[in-house]
Amino acid sequence: MTVTKRKTPLLDELEKGPWPSFVKEIKKEAAHNAMANDVLGILERSYEDHISHWKHGGLVGVMGYGGGVIGRYCDLPDEFPNVKEFHTYRINQPSAWFYTTKVLRHLCDIWEKHGSGLTNFHGSTGDIVFLGSSTEALEPCFAELSAEREDMPSFDLGGSGSNMRTPSCCVGPARCEWAMYDTLEACYDITQTFQDELHRPFFPYKYKFKFAGCPNDCVASIARSDCSVIGTWKDDIRVDAAKVKEYAANGVDIQTEIVDLCPTSCMAWDGNTLDIDNSNCVRCMHCINVMPKALKPGLERGAVILIGAKAPIIGGALLSSVFVPFLEMEPPFDDLKELTEAIWDLWGEHGKNRERVGEFIQRVGLGNFLDEIGLEPIPQMVMHPRTNPYIFFEDELEEDEA
Amino acid sequence: MAETEFQRRTDIGPPHYEQFLPPVIKKNYGKWDYHEILEAGVMVHVAESGDKLWSVRVGTPRLMGITTIREFADLADKYCDGYVRWTSRNNVEFLLTDSSKIEPLKKDVQALGFPVGGLGNRISNIVHTQGWVHCHSSASDASGVVKAVMDKLYPYFVGEKDLPAKMRVAYACCLNMCGAVHCSDIAILGVHTKAPVVNHNDLPKMCEIPTLVASCPTGAIRPATVDGKPSVEIEEAQCMYCGNCYTVCPACTINNAKTDGVSIWVGGKVSDARSTPKFSKLVVPFLPNTPPRWPEVVDAVVKIVEVYAANARKHERMGEWIDRVGWPKFFELTGFEFTKYHIDDFKHAGETFLRTAALRQ
Repeated sequence: MTVTKRKTPLLDELEKGPWPSFVKEIKKEAAHNAMANDVLGILERSYEDHISHWKHGGLVGVMGYGGGVIGRYCDLPDEFPNVKEFHTYRINQPSAWFYTTKVLRHLCDIWEKHGSGLTNFHGSTGDIVFLGSSTEALEPCFAELSAEREDMPSFDLGGSGSNMRTPSCCVGPARCEWAMYDTLEACYDITQTFQDELHRPFFPYKYKFKFAGCPNDCVASIARSDCSVIGTWKDDIRVDAAKVKEYAANGVDIQTEIVDLCPTSCMAWDGNTLDIDNSNCVRCMHCINVMPKALKPGLERGAVILIGAKAPIIGGALLSSVFVPFLEMEPPFDDLKELTEAIWDLWGEHGKNRERVGEFIQRVGLGNFLDEIGLEPIPQMVMHPRTNPYIFFEDELEEDEA
Repeated sequence: MAETEFQRRTDIGPPHYEQFLPPVIKKNYGKWDYHEILEAGVMVHVAESGDKLWSVRVGTPRLMGITTIREFADLADKYCDGYVRWTSRNNVEFLLTDSSKIEPLKKDVQALGFPVGGLGNRISNIVHTQGWVHCHSSASDASGVVKAVMDKLYPYFVGEKDLPAKMRVAYACCLNMCGAVHCSDIAILGVHTKAPVVNHNDLPKMCEIPTLVASCPTGAIRPATVDGKPSVEIEEAQCMYCGNCYTVCPACTINNAKTDGVSIWVGGKVSDARSTPKFSKLVVPFLPNTPPRWPEVVDAVVKIVEVYAANARKHERMGEWIDRVGWPKFFELTGFEFTKYHIDDFKHAGETFLRTAALRQ
């Protein structure tokens, strides 16, 4: 396809400088793709006007699904007819974003045929994002992605709207010594188990899972997912005393860099031996991060389950809070699934429209929420017990029993 | 429309990850012993078996065309037996079992225009949202601001300059935060500052009024008759500029070329190392949109990075350093003005007031 080259003096400024340029990326596709060329044009116009030229689209998608495609239209369709419709596909990524080049080229070929040639690797939730499809192209592109093939894996769409969003996970046991459970398998299993909830929005609002193998939380699960599954361990940190000395000899100041920064002051160093009071260790990872050859997590492994993180809209940003202080994370992850279904049942029935589960818990009270889903309240769930005396006592304290 | 020869299937889920794992990973899955960061963009993982796996981390602009993805695939074929992965922060990782390939690979990657770095006590890639490239409610562009900022922070990515600890920068183009920037060392956040403007002519034709009224999280939108036609009125004092109404009704325009802009927040983290996860806190309430390179935003971010780099102790993240020295010191050192906008007035705001006489004088 021949495409008329556009003048984009403002965007051209963003081709300068050492960091790789998204403008160059758009231009590479614009040279032979009319949609990408119109994106370039309309983006230059935004840079002139200081405003977005996109409108949210009504209901577009593929048959039988309520999510996975974000409708998008431009507000200047006469000037930029090739991006009059410019919808986004979210394609469910493989766990931990591993690919073969064969499958990457396959995805590129499909996208070259059906859309703008522009992508995000990856979108914020973790999906492969195909940016810019016409309404007409949605079904054929989906068919080509999802069709059964002998020599190539098939792909499905991810989540959007008020459904389970595409779960994601860290690199986990594939390439990290700190993975306290199999994040790739947990992510895959949960995604497959809840396909209906992923594709068909019937929740009050979105529900995200992120699987982090350790408390370093490389997928930001505690900030970004309604259900944060963060690996931890129960037994003692494994210490290789000789290697500790080696780190000390090679310039790590064990006292100031390790002992003094321990959040629970559970370590002591006499210049020779590192002593750890494991009963007081909260598994924060700092000492292990600094000396990965000498200190390793224990072997009795599982995860902390925390619930309720979200960004500000609507009722303010939240971090997830502790629900289960230690859960063994072995396939088929029945305990996590059971907890998830209990939460969905309650929130699904009583949550308000666009109320995330974290906001719902604040509205009804964590204590009441726990009662309903059948979890016992434990001190690990709070920073401290309540300080206000306005306790809503229930019926169990009748006068005649007192 | 031509009939497709492909038979669509639904509810199949993602392909199983195992088929994409290189043999060295399949062999040592869950049996890695330790790792070492060798340079800004190269680390080695050593397995219990003694096998070694070198990872070369490469920064990308996130928005990539298929031309570039195919070029990455060519490199992965040449050096990595056809395997490659992406990180949670839009970096590409090339995985090598032969350390002699590191330098030639780096050379080829850099020749394509992509930097190697981001590991350890450095600034990794900025995670960000769509902005003016593709979003209807963006208060600023995302890719442009990120590109301009990363051009200046480049030395901290490639390892020409080091930091006391790792630093995570994130960008979101409105409060919906598709990039969930609210727990980052430095968060750049697009902000609308005015209530939506209602086009009373278009509204009855384009929008369902009950849906529109219900879309407002603060109940600021009420049905009203304007010039004899059904429409809505907006209680401006109640609006927090989320843009949700614009999502359901294009006749309620939240975007405003003059009053949209960018805010800057600092001190958040998600890891548990040393201290618990933290939200980012407000430093600069508003900077205007100044495309194509947003110099005011870039200068503010660079200032914050430089002051942190000069003052924090080893291993101290931005928020941990500020917790130690105090916010008055942070504002003094960086020179940003503290205003009434910095004092929270949403629910639980009182929890952020300082209630002690123990002050640095």
